Parts: sequence; structure tokens; C-alpha cells
Amino acid sequence: MALLEVKDLSIHFGGVKAVQNVSFSIDAGIVYSVIGPNGAGKTTLFNLITGVYKPTTGEIRLDGEAIHGKSPNELAERGMARTFQNLQICMNMTAVENVMVGAHLRLDRNLFKAAFRLPALRRRDAEVREEAIQLMQFVGLEAYVNERADAMPYGALKRLEIARALAMKPRIIFLDEPAAGLNPKETIEVDHLVRKVADAGITVVLVEHDMKMVMNLSDRILVLDYGKKLAEGTGEEIRNNPDVIAAYLGTHA
Amino acid sequence: MQKKLNIGLLIVIAILLLVPFIAPNSFYLDLAIRMAINAMIVLGLNLLIGFAGQISLGHAGFLGIGAYASAVLPTHFNWHPLLAMGAGALITGLLAALVARPIFKLKGNYLAMATLGLGIIINITLRNEAQWTGGPDGMPVLPMSLFGLEIYGDKQWYWIIAAMLVFAVWASQNLIDSPFGRALRALHGSEVASQVVGVDVVRYKVSIFVLSAVFASIMGSVTAHYIGFVSPNFADFFHSIELVTMVVVGGMASVFGSLVGAVLLTALPQALATFEGWETVVFGAILMGFMIFLPKGIVPTLAAKFGKGE
Repeated sequence: MALLEVKDLSIHFGGVKAVQNVSFSIDAGIVYSVIGPNGAGKTTLFNLITGVYKPTTGEIRLDGEAIHGKSPNELAERGMARTFQNLQICMNMTAVENVMVGAHLRLDRNLFKAAFRLPALRRRDAEVREEAIQLMQFVGLEAYVNERADAMPYGALKRLEIARALAMKPRIIFLDEPAAGLNPKETIEVDHLVRKVADAGITVVLVEHDMKMVMNLSDRILVLDYGKKLAEGTGEEIRNNPDVIAAYLGTHA
Repeated sequence: MQKKLNIGLLIVIAILLLVPFIAPNSFYLDLAIRMAINAMIVLGLNLLIGFAGQISLGHAGFLGIGAYASAVLPTHFNWHPLLAMGAGALITGLLAALVARPIFKLKGNYLAMATLGLGIIINITLRNEAQWTGGPDGMPVLPMSLFGLEIYGDKQWYWIIAAMLVFAVWASQNLIDSPFGRALRALHGSEVASQVVGVDVVRYKVSIFVLSAVFASIMGSVTAHYIGFVSPNFADFFHSIELVTMVVVGGMASVFGSLVGAVLLTALPQALATFEGWETVVFGAILMGFMIFLPKGIVPTLAAKFGKGE
């Protein structure tokens, strides 16, 4: 059975049909990319699946369970993680604290235990801090551990978001343009990083404009255009699909 | 990093230990007690405003509930002062939760309006229910007693309140550096990011609002017993604004900023008394100066300047 199933998903903002009757399914353990021109509805689709928006119609199932209409924090409990196209880093915190927030659900959030500094809670916090530092090494940010987030460069913050998402120990991770705004060297680093994440057994859903990266990483690709599904298949199939070539890649591709 | 000495807390303890010996007379000891009480209220308020990024313009109302619970219940119903204090805190907590829950479900900053209204309603209620509260004139408060012993005199009060302040600073520091505290700061930093990692944003906002309201209520009770008298001015709108100002001047999201803000703004009216009639104007000018030159507040600005976080 597929890990994530989306059926006839639509959302309307007033008269604008941002996503229309989109259906697809994602098997566990693969890298699945969503591509399409600007305004095609890729981020909207992410926001629908991760609970930021509520769909107008349609179904979303995670591991067979209907999850449409659930709030983002309920989806987090079910192992769903994401990053954002426009950075959503907590600039009022240090880098490592941002990553530790990702482990929120795995920690004891009791207010009174925290106020009285109970040893068990402190010990667990210290462990998670170590874990967060290791994750920062994993994404290549070991130099920034105790840096304030607002003092970090843009490229580092993109990877910090990935580290925070990984701290959730997710089953499925949604990466919304992880390479946007990065230089070619940084893009290659993110490319390797996404591969490492997938190799760790986490299902990756990727929105990305960098075609080289998409073709390189993806097991399957979904093409959106004007909120509708235009095509779906392997990289090879998408590359040779006449509709995709006409609508998106251009006639020279 | 882990076993770092808590220098800030040690400094606070040192100052608190020194004050009774350098205070020349009971006027200054009284001032120190008021500073410490305000510092605790501001600490709670700063958790809400500075750390969680929410606002309350009605905190004096919660203070008023605590103060009047401690005045009314022992006087009219013969309750033990500690029980009355607990009842005040409970009523405040329930009221705060009742108001905050629906407000936080809305998008946007409706909390400012709601707390403003709530504070005014509490103040008017205290003024109008004269048969219980003494109306605009206020009413006397019976002394606090602990374990059968009456607390008496500035010295005794000072040590009790100093101990409470040390605990409040320590607990606030612990809270901020915990999973609960990180969730609060995260929802301030990016609400959507905190949601997608699993933070139940509404619940956390309500929790911290209730906590800071209960804090204010307990300090209201303490103030009532210490002064031995309550009046509706406790719950006055301007008092709420004064408390918010202490947070902002001292420094948002700064534990020691809360203390500095409370100390300065409690002392300032006394220091300006020589301006006779113009003290409010000078007070306002000083606040404007702070906002223009130290918009982040005193402690965070100084901390940044000397390259040292808290």
C-alpha cells in the first residue's frame, strides 16, 4: 500500500481554483518530486497535505488513515515533516534551539517539571541537544551550533530547516524548494543532502525548480500546471511526455 | 555549557542580601519591596509578551482579582489568607482561560482588545460592588499569617518577598530553557513552523497567558497583605500600561530585563517627585527616549553591545 494517497484534491480561494482534482500516490521510501511553472499550485499542494490549508474537496490518506482537515500539529504526530519555500526559521533563537524545537513531540513538555528543573527533564534535554548537534553535522552546519539564527547566512538557514524537520524523526518529509536562491555549489550540497535523507529511509517529497536536481534525485515526478495534474511518471517518462514538453520544459527540451 | 554558573541569579541574590543593610530607612526598604513585587509581575508578563509574543493590556485586572480575593474572603467569610490567595489565583486562572481560548483561535491580534476590555470590566466591578469591596474607597486587608504566625513589619515582608523573587527568577530561567519554553519562543518566531513540528499553538498561548495571569493574581494578594489595604487603583488600566512599559523598557524576552525595568520604573516616579506637577511629563519624555535610543530595552541592548547573550 502507498504511504501517501491523494484523491481528487481541490482547493478554491474565492474564484481561483489553485488545485483542481489532483490525484496521486507515493510509495514509502522513494523520492517523489512535484514540478510545474510558477503559480502551478505546488506550494498550495504542500500546504494542503501538511494541514496548513483545508481542502475544499478530496481525500488525503497517510498509511490508510484519512488526514485531510487535520491540523499541522496532529500531522506532525503522525510523522509528517516539512520545510518552507520562504524561510520559517525562529530568528529569536539559536541555531541548535531551532533544531531542538523539531524534537518537540519527543520531549516532556510539562510546564511544572520544567520550572523546577527536574533532573529527568534536564537529562533528556541534554540528550536532544546532542542529537540536534549531530543533525547539524549531518546537514553540514556544525560551525553554527550556538550561533543566533538571525546571524546566519541564507544558505545555512535553508539547511537548518531541513535539520529541524529531521529532528522530528519523520516518516515523510516535504521539502519546498530547498535549493531556491542557492548558488551552484550550495545546490549540489543540498542535492547530496536530499539523497542522504532518502538513503536514511525517509520518504522525500520535493518541490524544486532546479531540473538537474529533480531528474537526478527523483524516483517519480508529478507535473502540475494551472492547478491540474498534467503528467506523472518516472524522470524518463516525464522528459519524453509531449504535454510536459509543450507546457513546461519548452519545445527544445 | 551544561554546568555554567548562573551568574545573573547570583547577582540578584547578592543584591537582595545587601539591600536591608544599605537601605538607610524604612522608606527605602518599602521601595525595595515594591520593586521586587513589580519585578515578579513583570517576569510573568514578559514570559507572555517577550517570549511568546502575545500581549495583555489588562494584567492589573488579574492583580486586582488576587488583591480583592485576599481582602474580601478573609474579612467577610473568615477564610484563611493563604486559602483566599489560592482562591484568587484559581478564579484568575479560570477567567483567563475562559477569555483566552476563543480569542487565540482567531487569527490576528484580538488579545489586546479583549484584555483591555477585561481589565476595565474587573476595575468597574471592584468599584461598583461597594458592599463587598468598599467601592472606590477600597478596604483594609487582614494581615497574612503563615503557620499561625502573623507576618509583621517591613523586614519580615522583605525577606519573604526576596525569597519569592529569587525563586521566580530561577523558575523563569528554567522554563525558558526547556521544551515548554522553546515551544513558546518558537511560536513567537514562526507560528507555522512551530505548528508543523507539532506545537499545539492555541494550547501553548493559553497556558502562558493563564500562567502570567495567575502570577499577577498571587502578587496582587501579596501586595494587598503587605500594604494592608486595597483600592480599585490596583486594577487600574494605567497600572496595566505601566506593567507593559516595564517589560518594554527593561527588555522583551529578557529575564534580567524584567527586573531592571521593574526597578527603574518603580523608582522613577520617586526620583521625579522634585519636578512637582511636571513629573508625568518628564516620565513620558524618559520613556520616549528609551523607545528611540534603546528600542530593544536596556538589558538586551547592553548584552548585544558587550557581545554576550544572557
